[in-house]
Amino acid sequence: MQRNKRFFDLKRILPLLLAAAMYAAPLAITNQYVLRVCVYVSIYSILACSLNLISGVCGQVSMGHAAFYGVGAYTSALIALSFGLPWPICLLAAGVLSALVGLLIGTPALRLQGGYLVICTVGFNELVRLILLNWVSVTRGPMGLTNIPRPRFFGVAIHSGRQYLYLSMTLLLIVYITLRNILHSRFGRNLRAIKEDETAAETMGIRVHREKVTAFAIAAGFAGMAGSMLAHYMLYINPNLFIGDFSTTILSMVVLGGMGSMPGSVAAATLLTVIPEALRELDRYRMLIYGLMLICMMLGKNIPWDTTPLGRAAARLRGRVKIARESEHGGKD
Amino acid sequence: MSSFLFYTVNGLVLGSTYALTSIGYSMVYGILELVNFTHSTVYMVGAYLFYILAVVAGLPMWAAFLLAVFMTGLIGVLYERLTLRPLRVRHQPKFAMLICTIGTSIVLQNIFFLTMGSETHQYPSLFEGHYLRVGGFNITAVQLVIIVATAVLLLAFTLFINHTRVGMAMQACAQDGEAAGLMGISVDNIVSLTFFIGSAMAAVAGVMGCMSYRSVDISIGTAIGTKTFASTVLGGIGVFYGGVVGGLVIGLTEVYTAAYLGSNYRNIPAFLILILILFLKPNGLFGKKTLKKV
Repeated sequence: MQRNKRFFDLKRILPLLLAAAMYAAPLAITNQYVLRVCVYVSIYSILACSLNLISGVCGQVSMGHAAFYGVGAYTSALIALSFGLPWPICLLAAGVLSALVGLLIGTPALRLQGGYLVICTVGFNELVRLILLNWVSVTRGPMGLTNIPRPRFFGVAIHSGRQYLYLSMTLLLIVYITLRNILHSRFGRNLRAIKEDETAAETMGIRVHREKVTAFAIAAGFAGMAGSMLAHYMLYINPNLFIGDFSTTILSMVVLGGMGSMPGSVAAATLLTVIPEALRELDRYRMLIYGLMLICMMLGKNIPWDTTPLGRAAARLRGRVKIARESEHGGKD
Repeated sequence: MSSFLFYTVNGLVLGSTYALTSIGYSMVYGILELVNFTHSTVYMVGAYLFYILAVVAGLPMWAAFLLAVFMTGLIGVLYERLTLRPLRVRHQPKFAMLICTIGTSIVLQNIFFLTMGSETHQYPSLFEGHYLRVGGFNITAVQLVIIVATAVLLLAFTLFINHTRVGMAMQACAQDGEAAGLMGISVDNIVSLTFFIGSAMAAVAGVMGCMSYRSVDISIGTAIGTKTFASTVLGGIGVFYGGVVGGLVIGLTEVYTAAYLGSNYRNIPAFLILILILFLKPNGLFGKKTLKKV
């Protein structure tokens, strides 16, 4: 009886239902543009979830995540272009190389605290962009890499928007489940302890620096895989896709979704991808609205409405209406 | 040899603008422990306001300059008041403030993009055609003015910080905001003042930088952003004269790299210096080691 009850527990079934709905949904979408936006949502969700591990869960703010995304994209594209290896191998290579770069940068960088780490990762992002831009013999500089082969499975190339959506969704699901399991492991709890209080965590025997670097490398690896997905979807990449501004967007997703929350990261990634797309009509005003949106979201999320000047004014108005109404009632009595 | 001297003067001019801008970063980080991403955009705002006042509105240069610097300072106070203070007084996490500064930077940049367009404008300059001839090469008068003005401003700023009550209150806030508040210093006002001074200095740097390049466009803020970060960190964040030395070093290396290795590489040394200094000596050349209290 007990077991039966557990089996039909909503908490267990809900994720399965969600996953089923997620896989059924693309069948209903026929608009190519919507499919395209959905593919981007999946790719950005992977980025947000991976950054969430280091910035959200462990509290180490990195503003260079787009650099790993770029390293992954370029690695995957270059391997596919020069050796003609199948996509899954390119994907793995992109993940491994990005993770290695993460390890290389993270080892010294994560000894830094707070603002220094932010500046360091910003600098790293810019450095990667400049290397991609100036190492023309390999990356073809500002011209970017073209004719990146599409992923092939059993001799069939993936080409329609829907197939790409299924592919990117599956990748997102794998990354999501892996990261979720990491969060629930001993390692994940260590990371949370580090965020709460580094000194206390160290006293409890957690090797703070090693755990941070490991988390950073894992996050970088998944970002690299997202980059590989992007490269083989767009079929064309250039250094401008991996600028620092994009790192900011990824970080905004993590902060907006709630530091440390994976569903939050996915939801915020969806929101911050769909809203700018919806604003495309407004063209010139798009970025202005986006900036205002960032500020409003940060303020709105962190400040109770009643304490803002506008909220106070509204509360006063409500109070006055209430008093007026009460005096009206008083008159009738 | 004379070309080396020529590059050195150019580097000093560039470094002066970095130095003035880095003071704003340094002060804000000292008091709020926040990397202020709006600051480099404020540099652009200052330069543009001067352009609008002097060229579009046709005010005399000195009036346009003073007004532009003052207005930029007010913009600094305003965005702190609207977007950062509500988060600060509620002790919200730094990430939220960080993203707010990025949002503000996007908003400011787009306001100027929408009103002034994205094209490059020709910038007014002082003493056109006047130059000093030293050992076979020319130093333009405006370059001399920039170097001298920077030195005077920095001297005035040092005196202000060390020898006035308000300046000492700022130092107290940087050391320990809470304790300073308990001693009767209005931390909110000091923070406002910090943003005012920082933004005004960035405006001065913006106007002077654009005068020496003779052009202004929307992207100048982003262009100097990471380089002024680099100079701030090189000198030690929170240490004012450190930022000045850092700015000069970064300016000189940039010009030397552009001259001797090719202008494609001019942006790279700043980032290399930044990353190296962070790895080897994160507190910067002049920074004090901070002890973390448990």
